[in-house]
This record gives sequence, C-alpha cells and structure tokens, in this order.
Amino acid sequence: MQFPTSPPPHVVAPNTVGRVMRIVIYALLPTIVAHVLFFGPGLLVQSALAVATALAAEALALRLRGKPLAFYLGDGTAIVTALLLALCLPPLAPWWLVVSGTAFAILLAKHAFGGVGMNLFNPAMVGYAVLLVSFPAQLLSWLPPHALDIQTAELSFAQTAATIFTGRLPEALAWDAITSPTPLDALKTNLALGMTMQEALANPLFGGLGGRGWEWVNLATLIGGIALLMLRIIRWHIPVAMLGSLALCATIMYAVDPGTYPGPLFHLTSGASLLGAFFIATDPVSAATSDRGRLIYASGIGVLTYIIRTWGGYPDGVAFAVLLMNFAVPLIDRYTIPRIYGHAERP
Amino acid sequence: MQTAVRARGGLRLEAHKERSTRDPIATAAPPAHAVLTLDQHAGERAVPIVAVGERVALGQPIARPSTLVSAWLHAPIAGEVVAIEPRPAANHGGAPALSIVIANDGSDARHRERAIEDFTALAPAELRQWIGRAGIVGLGGAGFPTVAKLASAAEREHLALLINGAECEPYISCDEMLMRERADEVVLGARILMHALEARECVIALEDNAPQAQQAMQAALTRAGDERLRLTQVAAIYPAGGERQLIAAVFGKEVPHDGLPRDIGVLCHNVATAAAVARWVARGEPLVSRIVTITGAGVAHARNLDVRIGTPIAQLIEECGGYTPRITRLLMGGTMMGAALATDEAAVIKTTNCIVAASARDLEPRQPEMPCIRCGNCAEVCPAFLLPQQLHLNAQALDLAGLERYGLMDCIECGCCDYVCPSQIPLVERFRQAKPHLAAHLRARAAAQAARQRYESRIARLQRLEAEQRQRLEEKRRLARRKDS
Repeated sequence: MQFPTSPPPHVVAPNTVGRVMRIVIYALLPTIVAHVLFFGPGLLVQSALAVATALAAEALALRLRGKPLAFYLGDGTAIVTALLLALCLPPLAPWWLVVSGTAFAILLAKHAFGGVGMNLFNPAMVGYAVLLVSFPAQLLSWLPPHALDIQTAELSFAQTAATIFTGRLPEALAWDAITSPTPLDALKTNLALGMTMQEALANPLFGGLGGRGWEWVNLATLIGGIALLMLRIIRWHIPVAMLGSLALCATIMYAVDPGTYPGPLFHLTSGASLLGAFFIATDPVSAATSDRGRLIYASGIGVLTYIIRTWGGYPDGVAFAVLLMNFAVPLIDRYTIPRIYGHAERP
Repeated sequence: MQTAVRARGGLRLEAHKERSTRDPIATAAPPAHAVLTLDQHAGERAVPIVAVGERVALGQPIARPSTLVSAWLHAPIAGEVVAIEPRPAANHGGAPALSIVIANDGSDARHRERAIEDFTALAPAELRQWIGRAGIVGLGGAGFPTVAKLASAAEREHLALLINGAECEPYISCDEMLMRERADEVVLGARILMHALEARECVIALEDNAPQAQQAMQAALTRAGDERLRLTQVAAIYPAGGERQLIAAVFGKEVPHDGLPRDIGVLCHNVATAAAVARWVARGEPLVSRIVTITGAGVAHARNLDVRIGTPIAQLIEECGGYTPRITRLLMGGTMMGAALATDEAAVIKTTNCIVAASARDLEPRQPEMPCIRCGNCAEVCPAFLLPQQLHLNAQALDLAGLERYGLMDCIECGCCDYVCPSQIPLVERFRQAKPHLAAHLRARAAAQAARQRYESRIARLQRLEAEQRQRLEEKRRLARRKDS
C-alpha cells in the first residue's frame, strides 16, 4: 500500500493566531463593560467605527499588496488594534478622529511595514500618538464618570451617536458642562497651579485608589489580564516588569515628597497603566522576544510612563513609553539572546 | 524512590500508549523473505560478505562493518540469499536502497555462537570487542553503532552509565513493554556494559507514567543485587528521553555543545540496546530481532511484536489484524520525530521502534501558515533553550551569521516549537533546510582559518630560519673580525 508523506512533526496543537486574537478580544470585554457603565455608551460607537475602519483599511491594504483577503481578515489582529485604540479615545470624540486614527494605524503602522508580524511599532499606539499630537484638545476632554453625578443628564445611546457624528451636543447641554479632564490630567494641572496633594485629591474626580470610575475600569482590565495569563496567551514578564517599575518609581518619589508625588497605587490604577501592561505592551510583534528582553523592555515602559506622567507635557505616558521602547526592541533583542544548552555563555 | 526529575523546556503530550500496552509482547512469524538494508545504522554502510545463492543460517554474519563507525549485519532467518539489490528502505522513507534479500527455508537453523557464562572473566577491552561482533546499534532510534560508542568512552575513568528507558514520544511503547516483560535482560545488559566501560555507577531512567515498568525494573534490580545500579524517574515531558535532555535531568549537568556525553563522564544507552547486549553475551544471539510497537487507529489490533529485522511492515500490519478503513498515513517512529513512509513494502530495520498506522484523527493537520507574531511559545518549550522565532527570521533571510548566533546547529529537531506555533509555521522543516547552508559555511570558514594558520606559521617559520641564519652569519663575521684584529 502507498501513502502520502510529509516532514515531521506529524501533529501540531490546534492553535492559531485567530484563536489567540479572539481570546484577547474576549479578555477585553470586562474593560469594555466597565467603561460603558462609567462613561456611557460612547465606547460602543467608537469601537464599532474603529473595527469597521480597521477591517476596511486592512482589506484595502491586503488588496494593494496582493494578499489573500479572507485568510488575513479572519486573523483578528486588526480588530484587536481597533478596540485598543477605541479604548484610548474619549467616548464623545468626533467620528473622524477614530476613523483617521485607525486608518493610520492599519495602513501605515501595520501594512507599510509588511503587515501582521512585521510592524516595528504597536499600531494602536501609533494611531493614538498621531491623534494626540495632532488633536490634543479633543483627546484630553473626557466625560466625567457617572458616579460623580456632575452630569445634568446622561446621554442616551442615540444622543451619544448623534454627538459623535455631528459634533453637536443635544439641546441644553454645553461641552464645558459635561466634559472634564482625566484624573491624571486634573492632578497634573492642579499640582502645577500650586495646590497641595490633599487639595488636588479632594476633587470629586478622585476615588479611593486613583481616579473615580477609572479605578474600576482598571480593575476590570486586571481581570481580563489575569485571564490572559492563565490561558497562557501572555507571559508574566511584561505586565510584572512594567507595573513593577512604574510602582517602584512612584514609591521612590512618594517617599521623597508625598506632597507633590502621588503614591504607587494611584499610578497603577490610573490612566492606561493596566491596559498598557496586559494588552498593549504585551503585543508580541512589537515587544522584545526573549524573557530577559521582555523584562528590560517592559521595565523601560514603566519608567518612561512615570517620567512622562510626572515631568512630561502629557498627562498619561503609556503610549509614548511603548513607542519609545518599540524603538529599542531590536537592540534589546540583540543583547538578550539566552544561553543555549551546552554553551557556557550567552551568544 | 525520589520524585521525578525534569529538564528545562519540553511539552506535556498525550502518550497514546494505552492501546498498544494492553496485550503482552507477541512474537511475529518469521518473514518469507527478509530484506536487510545495508545502511540501516548511523555511519558507513556495511559490506556484504555473502553472495547470491549462498545458504545462510539464523544469526550468521552476512555483512561486515566497512569502517569503525559501521555495524555487522546477521541473517535474521535461515535460508538462501536470493538478491543483493535496491529495495524499499524504511530509513529512506520507502525509497530503494541496496539490501540483502534472504528467502526463508523455514528451518530456523541456527549459526552457533559462544555464550559467555561469566562476563566478568573477560577484560573490559576484550568484552567491548566481543560486543562489537553482535551488530548492535542504538535501538532508541539513533542507530549509532554501540561498539563505536563504547570505544569513544573507553579511556575515561569514573564513567556513569545512563540507561535510557524514558520513551517520551507519543505512541511508542516498545521500551516500556521490554522493561515490563524482560527487566532482567535490561539489568544484565546494563551490568555487562558497566564492566565493558569500567563504569562506577549506572542510572536507569524511565518516565513517571510507566508504573508497571518501574515495578518490574525495581524487582529485577533487587534480584541482581548490584548496589552500583539505581532507578530514577523523569517527568513524562517530551523530549525527556533525548540524550542531552535526559543527562541534564538526571545528572544536573549539560553536555558541551561541541562535545559528547563522555566529556562530562556519562555514557548513555537505550534499554533495548542493553537488552540486546545481554542476549548476545549471555546467549550468543546477535541482533536479529527487536520489539516494535504497531499502533494507531489505522490498524485493527494495536500491540507490541517481537519482530525479526527485515520483516516487511505490511506483514506486521497483517499480524495485527490489518488496516482499518481509517488508515491515511504510515509513520516509522513517533508522531513528533518519526518519518512518514511512502510504502508498507519497506522492511523493519534495527531502529524501527514503532509503526504508527495513523488515521486522520491521529494526526492533527496543519492549518495554513501565517507570518510569525513573535509570541515566544516556541522559545518557552525549546529544550535547547533556543529562540526558534529568531532562527525562523534568520532562516527566511538565510542570514548565516544570524543563524550561527542564534544556535541553529544546537537544534535537536524535536518539533516542540512546531507543535505550539500559533502561526502554524513548519519550523523544524525550515531549520533542516537551513542547516546544510550553515554547516557548509562553518566548514568553509574552518578550512580558511586552518589555511591562514598554516600560512602564518609557515611565514613565521621562514622568518625564524632567516633570523637564525643571519645570526649565525653575524657570529661568523664577529669571530672573523676578532681573528683579524
């Protein structure tokens, strides 16, 4: 009897990039739910716009590059990029912001470099950075969390969508009345105005740990992140090193002057710390690839995040920190090759 | 017994040994025609010492080793040599290779060899030489001539002998069944090898998922009453039975990348190799048969058979009730490192440990390949601590310097990286394709270096000679001047 042949191994695990990305998307659900609970349905509109734009941009790029459409569109990588970018944007940001940011992320940050697996920089963070540099005012005006009762009226889904698409609020609402800075932004501004830490934190924007509402969104992110760790989609090195170095910087500076510098818990539960540690810095394509390399890479992100937040021109620094460390990845990879079995030293 | 030891890296895989270990080892009928490929061991091809038409007895030598790294072949049946010609060979995936074909006369008339009652009466060197006559090769799968391995370590003192019973690849169960049913043979073989090597200790390693084999071996060790031998369990994590991985797990030290186990005072032999040594020394039986696992959903009755070398695989399948309708592929060895056979006409060779008659469900078909996303799953499972993701990148570009830096030559081709890759990249295949390029590059560089060294030492030698000559001349002139004055 004759049989077909093929090289070994003859079995492989039924694991695919598509499966990995699907799990990442599911792990983002707690964050999305918490976000919607505290900041209204704006995120849902932003996510839908981002995903639609990402898929359209991906399809266009694949077409131009002569790649099989269905195969690559199904890998889910563009959807993850879109969701991460949407999570970074204010819920009522105008539609053209998320559309242009996502298109930039997919077309330039991803496909101009060669598509999936080839991008040197985290596409979602490239998209976000471009928007932040180009339209800082729009990106920094957030809705206050619902828990604060500042809003005169909660916007319905229809009103939210209408606001995003027309750029005009419903009658009787003014932008100034319903938007507020993020907690990180407020803290930075108030400290700059000469307030003490106690005075600054007395603002109703702040909760028990960090920014009110934000702390819950961050805890939801932590749940999703731990799920990723347990399902072995990500390894511990990047989240632990990033959060650890961020907390270490915060602890040192808090010990030096608690009146000027907030403590580690505030930093860990504010802004994009946890989203960055579990979902953004862990993008394997743009991260360092050995265990030691990942520790160095993520420690750098933590330190840079702290520096930008504390002394830089932007209230949060995760996006720039990630992109700066993306630059360093080829160098880190070159110097962190592990020792090989039977060799005395590392190559 | 202490808890199971383990080496770094590797994978927990489903063992798939239940079906083939249900029944005891059965003896397969001798084949009507035995086909013996001349290059069925590592090293150089054996040279026939019989002619077509000659009658041979069971156990009679029919081919001799051509070099030091080669092996004897013996007739596995009694009968007549009917051909010496290319035949489908299992070690070539079923492609033809020069073979000796013997027609069975059904008599099983034996070629008598002496049996040694007390192996300790022989000097170690004499014993090693005697073992070399049996045509024994590494039966774990590598097929390296045992006598060459013994010779390589013969000069070392304080050797530890490692007997490898860690049968880590899925589906293969011949070593487990051997230890369950013929534990005394294994222990005797280990003691003979210890004497041949003047080894100070012997560790027999087996996986922690084979309790019956462990009990049988423990009992055999107690019967032997030799304090120098002990049993160790290793965690059933593929590739626990890889020589270098097993040594790291058992002895806690690594084999140098450019060296051999003997360099760290260890010599490793498979349990079946040890048993074959025992049969030869104690009973005068050369290597003419071995235990083969026949399994997979493509065969009716999975089990282990004691098989004459040279038996066509198709006949073994018949003995196991034939193929089931689900048969799709035929593998020799396990599913991780085994070779796919194009035909079941190929015959069992000395290293045939397992035949997997695989159904579509036994083998997980590969999904279409995606680009690498650098997830690092591969690096986590690599037992050689390599970064397969970086090797892949360098292999794609055929960047030889990069391949060398990332240790391509240290890849043992176990397939763990392939197994876990979410992008479904055939990494091992790529690495195998890249290896010859890097090997040629390294050889060329070594040759260039040697040439440069030769040139430089020649220049240095000439300069030295010239300087000496000048010095002598100077000396003469000085003497002449002194005389003049």
